[in-house]
Amino acid sequence: MTTGNNVIEVKNLTKRYRDVVAVDDVSFTIEKDTIYGLLGRNGAGKTTVMSILTAQNFATSGDVRVFGMQPYENAKVLSRMCFVRESQKYPDDALPKHAFGAAKLFFPAWDDELAAQLIDDFQLPQKTRIKKMSRGQLSAVGVIIGIASRAEITFFDEPYLGLDAVARQIFYDRLLEDYTEHPRTVILSSHLIDEVSNLIERVLVIDHGRIVMDEATDAVRDRAANIVGDASAVDAFVAGRQVIHRESLGNVASVTVLGALSLADRERLAAAGLDVAPVSLQQLIVRTTQNAAGSAASEEGALR
Amino acid sequence: MIEEGRALFLQIAESVEDSIIDGSLAEEAQAPSTNELAAFYRINPATAAKGVAMLTDKGVLYKRRGIGMFVAPGARELLMNERRTAFADRFVEPLLAEARKLGLGPEDLEQLIRDRAGAHVATTTEGNAR
Repeated sequence: MTTGNNVIEVKNLTKRYRDVVAVDDVSFTIEKDTIYGLLGRNGAGKTTVMSILTAQNFATSGDVRVFGMQPYENAKVLSRMCFVRESQKYPDDALPKHAFGAAKLFFPAWDDELAAQLIDDFQLPQKTRIKKMSRGQLSAVGVIIGIASRAEITFFDEPYLGLDAVARQIFYDRLLEDYTEHPRTVILSSHLIDEVSNLIERVLVIDHGRIVMDEATDAVRDRAANIVGDASAVDAFVAGRQVIHRESLGNVASVTVLGALSLADRERLAAAGLDVAPVSLQQLIVRTTQNAAGSAASEEGALR
Repeated sequence: MIEEGRALFLQIAESVEDSIIDGSLAEEAQAPSTNELAAFYRINPATAAKGVAMLTDKGVLYKRRGIGMFVAPGARELLMNERRTAFADRFVEPLLAEARKLGLGPEDLEQLIRDRAGAHVATTTEGNAR
């Protein structure tokens, strides 16, 4: 369970690249020992936020505190954080053992036994130079470092590229197992939202450089519903509710509405012959971000 | 096993309740721990803990210090009553709604239920005879 204290505090963070605003006046906090999903479309600002938090990039303005301190050139902070990024570079001749050896030197809580177990799980070839590895094997190296480092804060930035479904499941299972025994803060950025939705305790959605959702994952699960049926009956039901998506096929409409349905709502729906279909976290986020993209920033507070 | 659109902790709590109702988890037996539930359903342990906490608040589970969670005496009766109360809303209402759509009245439904229930009894006795 969370203890209520924050390990990361971000206030009014902005990052501009020339005339592009990658991160737009963002504020949020990250609680200790919690698994976060940092979700959003490509170019939404996820990697920029993570690289600023790990001092690999500079903020244009705003305040970033990790363990209450500035992360820049601060070894006291940096050795407690691990950032597994998709485009991690290794020295040309490096073998996996060199990468793991370096990680062992850098991360005080590194666990050799766990690393060996993970190498086995992912069937990582030990005698292949990292440079010659396949995309999936390269991802496995990053994932092994991320889990075995047992850093107090671990960032995984889309760590699954090239990993097949089986290897991804191994990653989720091992992460959850080790997290259970050694609670720590994990920030997982992913496009495979439904795959990680049971893993993450809180969800942060970033869109166009802004946070559009910052909530407990479980609270979001029954946040929206699809109402399906005769178009006029659907329209009558959704009148006055917040509609985030609408599709129709002939006389049949499928409308996604925000807000949990009450028992009275469900009785009304049944009486009107309308069906209710659940909305997965992935659908909800896709529709929220589409919605925000389609209309102005006024929609931004919709899910708070 | 886990469905979309409903809070996970509720689904976890219901799965434990189901085991108590069908008798596979007896009263005074040790309930699965938060970590066991998290590992089995592949969910965040904090979510599993929330489900267990809900069952504790309801008086279905109780804690023995240093040992773990146990099924409270009377838990099965409590859950059966709760489920019976919810039965009409959860099962009879959708049944009536679909029947109405198909032009089946309450008498037709009654007949259908009797026929099917009869068939069930028949197969059960057949099964026992084997």
